[in-house]
Order: sequence, then C-alpha cells, then structure tokens
Amino acid sequence: MERNPLRRQLQIMRKSLFDQGYLDEQFVQLEELQDDSNPNFVEEVVTLYYRDSARLILNIEQALERKPYNFHKLDAYMHQFKGSSSSIGAKKVKAESTLFREYCKSGNGEGCMRCFQQLKKEYATLRKKLEAYFQVARQAGPMETACRPK
Amino acid sequence: MTVERIVSEAKDQFPIGMRVLAVDDDPTCLLLLETLLRRCQYHVTTTSQAITALKMLRESKNKFDLVISDVHMPDMDGFKLLELVGLEMDLPVIMLSANGDTKLVMKGITHGACDYLLKPVRIEELKNIWQHVVRRKKFDRKDRINSDNQDKPHADSGEAAGMGNADNNVKVNKKRKDQKEDEDEDRDEDGHDNDDSSTQKKPRVVWSVELHRKFVAAVNQLGIDKAVPKKILELMNVEKLTRENVASHLQKFRLYLKRISCVANQQANMAAALGTADSSYLRMGSLNGLGNFHSLAGTDQFHNAPFRSFPPSGVLGRLNTPAGLGIRGLPSTGTIPLGHVQNSGHSSNDPNKLQSFIPGNHNANILQGLPMSLELDQLQNNKGVSHIGELPTANSSSVFPVPGSLMDARITGFSNNPILGVTSNSLMLEGSSQQAALHASNLRDGVSAIGFQNGNTLSDFASIDPVSNQLRDSKADLQGQATSINCNSGQIMTSVPQEWNASIPANGAIIQLDQCLDQNNSIFHRTMDSDSIGPMSFVDPLSIKAHNSAMEPSVIEKEGYLMYQSRPQGNHIPDNIGSLEDLASAMMKQDQDNGKPAYGNFGHNSYSHRACI
Repeated sequence: MERNPLRRQLQIMRKSLFDQGYLDEQFVQLEELQDDSNPNFVEEVVTLYYRDSARLILNIEQALERKPYNFHKLDAYMHQFKGSSSSIGAKKVKAESTLFREYCKSGNGEGCMRCFQQLKKEYATLRKKLEAYFQVARQAGPMETACRPK
Repeated sequence: MTVERIVSEAKDQFPIGMRVLAVDDDPTCLLLLETLLRRCQYHVTTTSQAITALKMLRESKNKFDLVISDVHMPDMDGFKLLELVGLEMDLPVIMLSANGDTKLVMKGITHGACDYLLKPVRIEELKNIWQHVVRRKKFDRKDRINSDNQDKPHADSGEAAGMGNADNNVKVNKKRKDQKEDEDEDRDEDGHDNDDSSTQKKPRVVWSVELHRKFVAAVNQLGIDKAVPKKILELMNVEKLTRENVASHLQKFRLYLKRISCVANQQANMAAALGTADSSYLRMGSLNGLGNFHSLAGTDQFHNAPFRSFPPSGVLGRLNTPAGLGIRGLPSTGTIPLGHVQNSGHSSNDPNKLQSFIPGNHNANILQGLPMSLELDQLQNNKGVSHIGELPTANSSSVFPVPGSLMDARITGFSNNPILGVTSNSLMLEGSSQQAALHASNLRDGVSAIGFQNGNTLSDFASIDPVSNQLRDSKADLQGQATSINCNSGQIMTSVPQEWNASIPANGAIIQLDQCLDQNNSIFHRTMDSDSIGPMSFVDPLSIKAHNSAMEPSVIEKEGYLMYQSRPQGNHIPDNIGSLEDLASAMMKQDQDNGKPAYGNFGHNSYSHRACI
C-alpha cells in the first residue's frame, strides 16, 4: 500500500474504475506505454479520445434527428466510435456501442435512441472520473507502475 | 546451419529499426499504434490519410518495410490501399480493424494482407509483425523449398485465425502459395540481380494501362494455360521489360483471377442460398467463355480495386458462369423465370422489352455472331480477353478481374460481386470491342446482341437491373461492382458499335451513357446501399448485353434465374428506359432516396472502380 496519501488515493481510484467496470485491460496497456520518455501518455491519449469522439457523438446525434434513420450510416459512425473507445479501454462505453450496433443491424430505431442516451451517460461519467483521476495523478507525481488489477 | 544462423541474425537485428508506415483516420488509435510501435523499437511514420500514405510510399519506394492500415477510412477504403500497396510497392501490409468479422478478415486476406489485427491492438501482436517483412526477404534468396512451405502454414494459420474453417485455411494457404510464388518471382528478379553481382534492385516496372493491355493481349493470345513469361515477353515486345517483370506480373494476374473466381463462387453460393435458380448459379463456374474477360485490370492496379470486395467463396471457382448471372439477356421486367423468358422470346426487336429478347429464341443467331466476334477480339485485342484462358482454371489459378462486362453479368446475379469487371476504364476503351465480345461469350445470351441490334441499348440496361436486384448480398460489393460496371460500361459502349456492327445507337447515345455512367458511378454506390442492384445493371448495359448474347440458350433455360426483379426494391428504374437521361435520373433518384453513398463519389477516374470496394 502506498505510503504517500495521494498515491494511495490514486490507487484506490484506479482500482475502483476497474472494479466498477469502467475500464478494462486495454487501459493497463496504455499505462504500460507510459514511461519516462512519455510521462503523460495515458492522459494524452484519453484527452485525444474525448476530443475526437465528441465529433462522432455529434454526428450520431445529428443522424438520429433525421428520420427515417439511416442505419447504415449510424452503424458506420458507431463502428468508428467503438474502435476509439476500445483503444482506451472504455469498457462500459464500448459495451453500449456494441449494443447500439446491434440495434442498427436489426433496424431498431427506438432501441438505437435509447441505447445512445445510455451511451452518452456512460461516456460523460467516465470522462468525469478520468479527469478526477488524472488530476490526482498529476498531483501525486510519477509513481511506480500500478499493479495489474487482475 | 550457416543459413540458419544468417537468418537468425537477421531476425535479431532486423526488427529493430524496421520502418513502419501506420495509417488510421482515428487519431486516438493512431497515437496508440504509434506509441506501441515505438515501444517495439520500430521506426514509425504515421498519417491519418490513405492518400497521403500512398503518396509517401510512391515517393520513395524503399522508405518503408511494412505498412499497417486501418480498414475503415474516409478517403479511401483500406482494402483498396492494401491492393495498391501490394501491387505497386510489393510491401507487406497489415490490416487493422475494430471489426473482426470472418468475412472482413477473409477479404483482407484475399486482397493480399499479410495479417489482420483487431483493435484494440496489443503490443504482443505488434512485436511479431516483423516476421512478414523477413518472410518476404527470405524468399528473395532461397528457392522455395519444403521448409518454406512448412513455415507458411504457420503463418497461414496465424492469419487464418479469424477464419476457422478448413476451407478457408486451404484457400489461405493457396493464396499464400501464390503470393509466395509471386514473391519468389519478384525475389528472383532481385536474386538475379544479386547473382549478377550488383545488389541494386532493378528499377520497378510500372504496369501502365497500356503495358497491361499488351500483357493481357499476349496472355490471351497464348492462352492462359500456356502463357509463359518468356513468350509473353516476346509477344509484348516492350523494350526494357524483363522476363522477370512479366513473370511477377503474371503471378499477380493469376492471383487476381483466382480471387475473382472465388468471389464468383461465393456469389453463386449466395445466389443459391437466396433461392434463385441454383442451377444457373452453379453454372457460373463453368463459363469457359470467360476468355472474354478483359484484362480489365488495365492499370497496374488492375487486380485489386473492383474485385477485392468479394470475399472469397470457396465454392465456385468458376467465375464465368453466365448462367449464374442470369442477367444476360434476361428480360428486364421483374422476375422472369428463364423458362418464362424463353417462351416469350421474340425477336429482340423490341428494344424496350428485353423480355422479348428471350435468349432462347435469339440465342442461336446471336451466339453465332458472338463467338466469332469473340474470337476476333481475342486475336485482336490485347486487352481484355486474356483472362479467358484463365477462367477455366479459375479454381486454382488466380482470377483476373474480369472485365467489367463479364463480371457485371455475373454480379447482377450475385449481388456480391463487384467483379463486374470494372477493372480499368482505359482497358474498356481499348478493349471495348473485345469486351463486347467477352460479354457475349460469357453471357451467351443472344439478348444482348439483339439489344444491340435493335440499337436499344438503354432498354437492355433496364433488364439488367432486375437481375441484379435478385441478389443483393453485400451492398458493399455491389457498390464496388456498380462502380466498376460504370466504368466498364462507358467503355464498352464505345466499343460496342464496332463490335457488333449493330444498329447500335449512334455514338452519341454511347457518349451519353458514358456520361451517365460517370454520374452513375456515385449513384451506383448508393444503389448498392439500397439493395438495389438494378443500377448496376444499368451501368454496364452493353457489357451485360454482350454477356447475354453470349449465353447459351440452354443455359438460360435451365438457369431460371431470371429471378431478378424488374426493379431494385423501391428503385424505379423503368424497364424501358428510353434514354440515358432517364436512366441517369432514375439512378439519381435512387441515390437521393438512398441517402449518401457510403463511398462517396469517387468520380469517373481510375479510382472509381477501386472505390467500389
């Protein structure tokens, strides 16, 4: 257990993110890529993700305003979004993306809409949590590579 | 022992500093990929645009060792990039996608990918990618020996991981074998250089459309089975072209043909699955008249673009079954069972009613006309036909992209097969006459001939539409096809008059068609999306018609796959399209209805058919 209280807090936050299913193994891959030559890699990637995926979210939203739904297009957007989300290890967001695509494939517009709302919630929640996490991380300073959650 | 040591030394040093080009439109994934690759100690260059990537690769061919590319990209389809890189630069390409569908993986493999990775990609997987580069280099120096073959299954199974079934593996192995042969061929070139004591590579030969046409003509003349590089070289009579260049090109050509045949097979299967006349589809493979396939590939990229979209089917191997397509000469209206069509067969003089064209009645006439023209074409045309010889052996050999016309016919039947042979527009132009012939032979359907005679090319197109509707399998494929068809049709149109001596509408009509086709290229993509194959048929009315005429009456009768509906679902392409404008507007309408084409408008350029994928 970390003696440094900030680091301890960081460890707890991190563990909870994994335990609650917000993040998956891929996030650990990101962490492993972070090193002295690349000290803020994880935060960089996550920031980039949120910036880029905002555009996709907007596209999907706009597409969902046009009836009848163009499921093919929606699916394409979501495919992209899912790829990004899985790259940072956003587990719940990824799951919602998969569900959304299922609805697209079966042409279930209602399902798509519902699913998308849920997805946006997860997306926003994860963002808040990660922002808090990085804030503490910055304060805590460089730390040892965290233990793998598994 | 010594050799092994050398190899292992190469392995030890080589991965470090390997130059990788990473292409992905998603910045998050690209950043991740770049970091992972750097962690593996590779030298990484990234770009988010496929076009930029190609530019970089073309600028300095020896700048990179390996390319990793995403499948889904906005400016160019990953598979297309894959093909282009494989053809032009002969670099190993690894595909990357969040979608691990077996079909997609298969598509990647058939397009020549060395590997197919799923996102999110892990560093363990990237640590091994250097093997693909080594493998190619290795084949440079060594003769193909059994040990290599043993190694291959290893790699093959790795690649075939996503596939899981024996057939696929066999196919993959076959492909790899072809690729290996190809690589070996290439390596031989380099090897010879080495033997000659200079270690410099020969300057890469760019297979321009013209050059390719000559190549195809030569192959055609010799017969695909007998086409050996030396003879081809002699026939081509091109300065500074070496036997090795030709040999390597021939390998690729064969791969392409094989790919086409696989696709055709798959389409046939699908057709069968769809409930269309199975017999007709099954026939597809037997089209020996494939000779008519123009070597659409025309440009050095010929293989890839339009045809890649087909996932290999494994079943058919025979591309040419005109029967399968059923489109040939089938009446445009609705689903017309072949038998039905035949009964109604009347002289084709009713341009607007293809139905009346029933091949049966006119086939005899048309067929007579066609084969002759075909033969002529084959002799004369350097382009197109060459593949014909290849077709019969489609199962094992690579299938060259069949000229749009031929494939078109097929595709309409299967909906999946973009092979429509759009290979290259330029080819079309030159080989148009050939193409017409090809189509004819393939289709063996007098209808098209009739159509031509009647000068009612447009109505012919209409008929094609219905057929295509029947089979909609993969829209993407169709789109590709449409594009290709468009390209081809334009070409074919021009040539048809020559070929047929028919009362084909004045070239003005053809020109219109060409223009329409251009418009249609983008439209076709759309229509494909909307599940309407119909437009595709329009695209290449001439070619399709030709096919039709080529079709044997008996085939048509049995095929019964005239199932095509007269219109794509909801699309309203009138059966009797009196004018190109109608056609174009119908297609435009479809386009609008369908929304934005997934592939956008690639325009009528050499990329258009490639964009079909």
